[in-house]
Amino acid sequence: MASSGIKPDQVLDCRGLLCPLPVIKTNKAIKSLAVGQVLEMLATDPGSKPDMLAWSRQTGHELLEVEEQDGVYRFLIRRKV
Amino acid sequence: MQAVAPGVAEVPGADVEPAAGRRRRLAMVASKGTLDMAYPPLILATTASAMGWEVGIFFTFYGLDILHRRRLSRLKVAPVGNPAMPPPLRGLPLKVPDILGALPGMPSVATAIMKRWMRQSNMPAIEELLEMARESGVKLFACATTMGVMGIRQEDLIDGAECAGATTFLDFASGADVTLFI
Repeated sequence: MASSGIKPDQVLDCRGLLCPLPVIKTNKAIKSLAVGQVLEMLATDPGSKPDMLAWSRQTGHELLEVEEQDGVYRFLIRRKV
Repeated sequence: MQAVAPGVAEVPGADVEPAAGRRRRLAMVASKGTLDMAYPPLILATTASAMGWEVGIFFTFYGLDILHRRRLSRLKVAPVGNPAMPPPLRGLPLKVPDILGALPGMPSVATAIMKRWMRQSNMPAIEELLEMARESGVKLFACATTMGVMGIRQEDLIDGAECAGATTFLDFASGADVTLFI
């Protein structure tokens, strides 16, 4: 899949975790970053894809990229607020 | 809205944005005191908090056990009258007949099985979810009437539980965007 080449400032591994943990951990991690910095989150829960879209819409943090490879979802999120 | 994979839910959010500076609010009633029914309100509460929402849960009737210091860690799955009870061993096609669920010790067996599944799926225990909810500022209303009827005192409840009546909860819920009864 095409990758934007953006380098994340922090990586959060949520592989093997189910809802609500990926969203809760992502929300905690994004708060530890400065506005403008980028978080990479890895997850295996297929629900995490629509959930991260909804979470970014609700919180205003920007979902830059979503990729899926071999059952692993990779999200790039920029802290906006 | 970004397209998602086939078979994965694609749902639009609300059309109406809350007024500037106002957070969305979730108000829930937790009325059940079984282990399986303790999860949904706490999962929704912690998720809504992570979305930046303000959350309040009104624990009433048996649901108040979720805030009870001693009962909290002893919540059980009720196998009787629950046709969805899965087979005790994964992959075993046989379900346990409902009437056997009434035998002494069966609720403990069903509870142990569910706790094992939760652990194997890396799901937090109810105590941990409750701690996450408390940390993120979820309001935990303890139904005053239930406390009176069941003889539960403030010191029986976990820290952070606020004794309140239906009026307090309805006042909170009147400003909610989402309300759920569980």
